[in-house]
Amino acid sequence: MSEKILVIGELQQGVLRKVSYETIAAAKQVNADAVILALVLGDGDLQQPAEEMIHYGANRVITVSHANLSNYTSEGYGQVIMEVMQEENPSGIIMGHTSVGKDVTPKIASRLELGLISDAVAIEKEDDQVIFTRPIYSGKAFEKKVMKDDGLLFATIRPNNISALEHDASRTGEIIAKEVDVKDLRTIVQEVIRKKTEGVDLSEAKIVIAGGRGVKSAEGFNALYELANLLGGAVGASRGACDANYCDYSLQIGQTGKVVTPDLYIAVGISGAIQHMAGMSNSKVIVAINSDEEANIFKMADYGIVGDLFEVLPLFIEELKLQGALVS
Amino acid sequence: MNIYVLLKKTFDTEESISVSGGRIDESGAEFIINPYDEYAVEEAIQQRDKHGGTVTVVTIGDEDSEKQLRTALAMGADDAVLIDTSDDLDEGDQFTTAKILEKFFEDKEVDLILAGNVAIDEASGQVGPRLAERLNMPFITTIVKLDIEGEVAKIEKDVEGDLEKIEVSLPVLVTCQQGLNEPRYTSLPGIMKAKKKPLEQLELDDLDLDEDDVEAKTATISIFLPPKKQAGRILAGETGEQVKELVSLLSNEAKVI
Repeated sequence: MSEKILVIGELQQGVLRKVSYETIAAAKQVNADAVILALVLGDGDLQQPAEEMIHYGANRVITVSHANLSNYTSEGYGQVIMEVMQEENPSGIIMGHTSVGKDVTPKIASRLELGLISDAVAIEKEDDQVIFTRPIYSGKAFEKKVMKDDGLLFATIRPNNISALEHDASRTGEIIAKEVDVKDLRTIVQEVIRKKTEGVDLSEAKIVIAGGRGVKSAEGFNALYELANLLGGAVGASRGACDANYCDYSLQIGQTGKVVTPDLYIAVGISGAIQHMAGMSNSKVIVAINSDEEANIFKMADYGIVGDLFEVLPLFIEELKLQGALVS
Repeated sequence: MNIYVLLKKTFDTEESISVSGGRIDESGAEFIINPYDEYAVEEAIQQRDKHGGTVTVVTIGDEDSEKQLRTALAMGADDAVLIDTSDDLDEGDQFTTAKILEKFFEDKEVDLILAGNVAIDEASGQVGPRLAERLNMPFITTIVKLDIEGEVAKIEKDVEGDLEKIEVSLPVLVTCQQGLNEPRYTSLPGIMKAKKKPLEQLELDDLDLDEDDVEAKTATISIFLPPKKQAGRILAGETGEQVKELVSLLSNEAKVI
């Protein structure tokens, strides 16, 4: 019987997060022949996300719908995941390194006395040993880690680093609606206040336009939003811009903010403090726009424009419109 | 209230990193309290000042970790505990740390445990939740607000930018996120007082543990630095031309738009 790997389809406001599909690809990297069992949790009809997981490569999907799963709690999700693990006895479990993944996986690992390798950005195999690469020291270094025992392999993967398999609507698989009585929660979510910017999620965005103190005001960020909309990207910020109230802390990128690894990072009016670099240095292509040619960010940038951002951004937007550039 | 803080000694954020002999070279480096743990210390002190009780700071480390514990005492914590594993353990992981802490907390009366949401060195974020699970305690990570009313904690949690309002029963373990508070600086009188505050030192033996009980479940097989970035291209010419060139480079050379 082939190996079975459990992945979690994580819903965000009813829609699967992209990283859920990436966990399927990651499981295939762990073992190309593995049966991929996906678990989708929520409250309501989960048929469509279950089908999506199959179209992205899962072989079987278990859905668990319960009123106590409408909001994530470690206790609620923990109960369901542990029950499914007991029944299905997978040889591995992979989740996204998201707010939910970071929260629930150590709980399960601790309960079952398992190791857990979190925030993996790459997976390789050498003589049947699965090796995970993960950033340490805020991305200033990397380590390769393995599970010491032959037991269950347990990992979370950083969004945007392991490419999902191609979507194939002709893929088929079994979907099982499972009943779990999710109860005895000591944690009650009273209210969820959505503060996130419209559209693209910062930690999963392929393109990030980030502003710093140089943007000078909240209004100054409008041009960044326009550019982000045009490119299908998300807006981020340095701590300096957040401290100065130009934007919400939820946009902060850096050591004490979010870590992003987009294909394209455009740093606008950001000087490039080491703490900021920690949050974006692993972006694939970095563009810096800054009037100070000595700014540290230029050392990190693949392409730099030394100039006034209030002059550069409108021209940039105009040029993109002119060329009809679209996100590839 | 019996309040505990989990504290970790980490590299100073400004330190550049080098690798020698397959390990991070720590020689001559400056160490600090993990920045997220500072929020935990500050919050613990504020909660104690509001509700009474004591704040005990706990760390697992080596004898040098005393410095960070003294800093926490200087901020206003009452007691400190150093679990010195340097003689007993070469390698550990989050399982190891949580197991040691579980044993430490076994005979303690606890109302609240605070930790940083993540440590800036290894960045696993596992220890808090792992410990809470072992202690059969609920936990809430990445909190930005904490109000305790009787046996209930009203918490605001940062969820990747969104905010959740949560109620949870005590005892509870929370991990602290930026925005929770502004950690205070240590004052000179605080530093003087801290020298006289109790600092208990324990080893694995004292917790009835031996090396095998806490053997790591994962192993690091190598540590390496990211490839050096090639010097980038600073574009030249009129701003309009630079912008045109940038768009062309991004679509044709880098192929990202």
